Amino acid sequence: MQLGEVVGTVVCTRKVPVWSGQRLRLVQPIREDGKPQGRPVVALDVVSSGEGQRVFFVKGREAAQAIADPVNPADAAIVVLVDRIET
Amino acid sequence: MRISRVIGNVIATIKHPALAGAKLLLVDEEDPAGGTRGRPQLALDTVDAGEGDRVLVVDEGNAAAQVLARPRGPIRTLIVGVIDEVDPEPRA
Repeated sequence: MQLGEVVGTVVCTRKVPVWSGQRLRLVQPIREDGKPQGRPVVALDVVSSGEGQRVFFVKGREAAQAIADPVNPADAAIVVLVDRIET
Repeated sequence: MRISRVIGNVIATIKHPALAGAKLLLVDEEDPAGGTRGRPQLALDTVDAGEGDRVLVVDEGNAAAQVLARPRGPIRTLIVGVIDEVDPEPRA
Protein backbone atom coordinates (compact mmCIF):
# COMPACT_ATOMS: atom_id res chain seq x y z
CA MET A 1 0.00 0.00 0.00
CA GLN A 2 1.22 3.43 -0.91
CA LEU A 3 0.95 6.82 0.77
CA GLY A 4 -0.93 9.54 -1.07
CA GLU A 5 -2.92 12.71 -0.73
CA VAL A 6 -6.44 13.13 -2.04
CA VAL A 7 -6.36 16.05 -4.46
CA GLY A 8 -9.80 15.85 -6.04
CA THR A 9 -13.00 14.02 -6.83
CA VAL A 10 -13.62 12.50 -10.24
CA VAL A 11 -17.24 12.57 -11.33
CA CYS A 12 -18.29 10.01 -13.93
CA THR A 13 -21.98 9.61 -14.65
CA ARG A 14 -21.22 7.03 -17.32
CA LYS A 15 -18.98 4.28 -16.01
CA VAL A 16 -18.83 0.52 -15.82
CA PRO A 17 -22.08 -0.55 -14.10
CA VAL A 18 -20.28 -2.43 -11.33
CA TRP A 19 -18.95 0.91 -10.05
CA SER A 20 -22.32 2.63 -9.78
CA GLY A 21 -22.54 4.50 -6.49
CA GLN A 22 -18.79 4.27 -5.92
CA ARG A 23 -16.73 7.37 -5.27
CA LEU A 24 -13.64 8.00 -7.34
CA ARG A 25 -10.87 10.24 -6.07
CA LEU A 26 -7.78 11.68 -7.64
CA VAL A 27 -4.80 10.72 -5.48
CA GLN A 28 -1.32 12.19 -5.69
CA PRO A 29 1.28 9.68 -4.46
CA ILE A 30 3.53 11.38 -1.89
CA ARG A 31 6.68 10.64 0.02
CA GLU A 32 6.78 10.53 3.78
CA ASP A 33 7.77 14.19 3.87
CA GLY A 34 4.65 15.07 1.87
CA LYS A 35 6.40 15.84 -1.40
CA PRO A 36 4.59 14.56 -4.48
CA GLN A 37 6.14 11.60 -6.24
CA GLY A 38 4.94 10.45 -9.62
CA ARG A 39 1.69 11.00 -11.46
CA PRO A 40 -1.77 11.24 -9.89
CA VAL A 41 -4.01 8.19 -10.11
CA VAL A 42 -7.76 7.78 -9.91
CA ALA A 43 -8.76 5.36 -7.16
CA LEU A 44 -11.96 3.87 -5.77
CA ASP A 45 -12.69 5.39 -2.38
CA VAL A 46 -14.25 3.00 0.10
CA VAL A 47 -13.32 4.90 3.27
CA SER A 48 -14.97 8.27 2.53
CA SER A 49 -11.80 10.27 2.17
CA GLY A 50 -11.82 14.00 1.61
CA GLU A 51 -9.74 16.48 -0.28
CA GLY A 52 -6.38 17.15 1.34
CA GLN A 53 -6.43 13.97 3.41
CA ARG A 54 -3.52 11.59 3.65
CA VAL A 55 -4.44 8.07 2.69
CA PHE A 56 -2.97 4.75 1.83
CA PHE A 57 -4.08 3.24 -1.44
CA VAL A 58 -3.52 -0.15 -2.96
CA LYS A 59 -2.51 -0.52 -6.59
CA GLY A 60 -2.87 -3.49 -8.88
CA ARG A 61 -5.41 -6.25 -9.11
CA GLU A 62 -6.05 -6.36 -5.37
CA ALA A 63 -7.72 -2.96 -5.67
CA ALA A 64 -10.79 -4.62 -7.17
CA GLN A 65 -11.22 -6.55 -3.92
CA ALA A 66 -12.03 -3.28 -2.12
CA ILE A 67 -15.70 -3.36 -3.08
CA ALA A 68 -18.32 -6.06 -2.55
CA ASP A 69 -18.27 -7.29 -6.14
CA PRO A 70 -14.64 -8.18 -6.84
CA VAL A 71 -15.37 -8.63 -10.54
CA ASN A 72 -14.59 -5.05 -11.50
CA PRO A 73 -11.75 -3.30 -13.30
CA ALA A 74 -10.27 -1.24 -10.45
CA ASP A 75 -6.48 -0.97 -10.35
CA ALA A 76 -6.30 1.48 -7.44
CA ALA A 77 -8.34 1.83 -4.25
CA ILE A 78 -8.06 4.00 -1.15
CA VAL A 79 -8.22 1.70 1.85
CA VAL A 80 -6.82 3.66 4.83
CA LEU A 81 -7.33 7.21 6.10
CA VAL A 82 -4.21 8.25 7.95
CA ASP A 83 -4.74 9.86 11.37
CA ARG A 84 -1.03 10.04 12.04
CA ILE A 85 2.14 8.12 11.38
CA GLU A 86 4.47 7.61 14.32
CA THR A 87 8.03 6.75 13.46
CA MET B 1 -6.94 4.42 -13.33
CA ARG B 2 -5.71 7.51 -15.12
CA ILE B 3 -7.38 10.57 -16.58
CA SER B 4 -7.00 10.54 -20.35
CA ARG B 5 -8.39 12.11 -23.47
CA VAL B 6 -9.79 10.29 -26.45
CA ILE B 7 -7.71 11.58 -29.34
CA GLY B 8 -8.83 9.30 -32.14
CA ASN B 9 -10.82 6.46 -33.48
CA VAL B 10 -9.06 3.34 -34.77
CA ILE B 11 -10.52 1.32 -37.60
CA ALA B 12 -8.90 -2.07 -38.10
CA THR B 13 -10.39 -4.90 -40.09
CA ILE B 14 -7.83 -7.50 -39.18
CA LYS B 15 -7.34 -8.00 -35.49
CA HIS B 16 -7.04 -10.70 -32.87
CA PRO B 17 -10.31 -12.63 -32.43
CA ALA B 18 -10.51 -11.39 -28.81
CA LEU B 19 -10.94 -7.89 -30.22
CA ALA B 20 -13.69 -8.82 -32.67
CA GLY B 21 -16.51 -6.30 -32.52
CA ALA B 22 -14.64 -4.13 -30.06
CA LYS B 23 -14.67 -0.35 -30.33
CA LEU B 24 -11.06 0.77 -30.30
CA LEU B 25 -10.09 4.31 -29.45
CA LEU B 26 -6.78 6.07 -29.20
CA VAL B 27 -6.27 7.67 -25.78
CA ASP B 28 -3.53 9.81 -24.30
CA GLU B 29 -3.05 10.43 -20.60
CA GLU B 30 -3.63 13.94 -19.34
CA ASP B 31 -0.74 15.97 -18.12
CA PRO B 32 -1.57 17.95 -14.96
CA ALA B 33 -0.23 20.98 -16.86
CA GLY B 34 -3.25 20.78 -19.14
CA GLY B 35 -2.09 18.94 -22.24
CA THR B 36 -1.55 15.26 -22.85
CA ARG B 37 1.61 13.24 -22.41
CA GLY B 38 2.10 12.38 -26.05
CA ARG B 39 2.13 8.64 -25.43
CA PRO B 40 -1.00 7.42 -27.14
CA GLN B 41 -2.37 4.00 -26.33
CA LEU B 42 -5.01 1.86 -27.93
CA ALA B 43 -7.94 1.26 -25.57
CA LEU B 44 -11.05 -0.85 -25.77
CA ASP B 45 -14.11 1.28 -25.08
CA THR B 46 -16.70 -0.17 -22.67
CA VAL B 47 -18.73 2.99 -21.98
CA ASP B 48 -19.48 4.43 -25.42
CA ALA B 49 -16.92 7.21 -25.27
CA GLY B 50 -16.14 9.41 -28.25
CA GLU B 51 -13.42 11.55 -29.64
CA GLY B 52 -12.58 14.51 -27.42
CA ASP B 53 -14.08 12.93 -24.30
CA ARG B 54 -12.19 13.00 -21.05
CA VAL B 55 -12.15 9.43 -19.84
CA LEU B 56 -11.01 7.09 -17.13
CA VAL B 57 -8.56 4.54 -18.48
CA VAL B 58 -7.43 1.40 -16.73
CA ASP B 59 -4.23 -0.24 -17.92
CA GLU B 60 -3.89 -3.45 -15.97
CA GLY B 61 -4.22 -6.95 -17.35
CA ASN B 62 -6.50 -8.40 -14.76
CA ALA B 63 -8.86 -5.44 -14.84
CA ALA B 64 -9.56 -6.02 -18.50
CA ALA B 65 -10.34 -9.67 -17.92
CA GLN B 66 -12.72 -8.73 -15.09
CA VAL B 67 -14.83 -6.28 -16.98
CA LEU B 68 -14.97 -8.11 -20.27
CA ALA B 69 -16.33 -11.23 -18.55
CA ARG B 70 -14.71 -13.50 -21.05
CA PRO B 71 -11.54 -15.50 -21.10
CA ARG B 72 -8.59 -13.29 -20.76
CA GLY B 73 -7.41 -12.22 -24.18
CA PRO B 74 -4.51 -10.05 -25.26
CA ILE B 75 -6.16 -6.90 -23.88
CA ARG B 76 -5.01 -4.66 -21.06
CA THR B 77 -6.19 -1.12 -21.72
CA LEU B 78 -9.83 -0.20 -21.26
CA ILE B 79 -11.95 2.91 -21.11
CA VAL B 80 -14.14 2.39 -18.03
CA GLY B 81 -15.74 5.80 -17.49
CA VAL B 82 -16.54 9.14 -19.10
CA ILE B 83 -15.46 11.98 -16.83
CA ASP B 84 -17.98 14.77 -16.26
CA GLU B 85 -15.66 16.79 -14.06
CA VAL B 86 -12.73 16.67 -11.70
CA ASP B 87 -13.25 18.78 -8.60
CA PRO B 88 -11.06 20.69 -8.10
CA GLU B 89 -9.29 20.64 -11.43
CA PRO B 90 -5.70 19.40 -11.09
CA ARG B 91 -3.10 22.15 -11.29
CA ALA B 92 0.47 21.84 -12.33
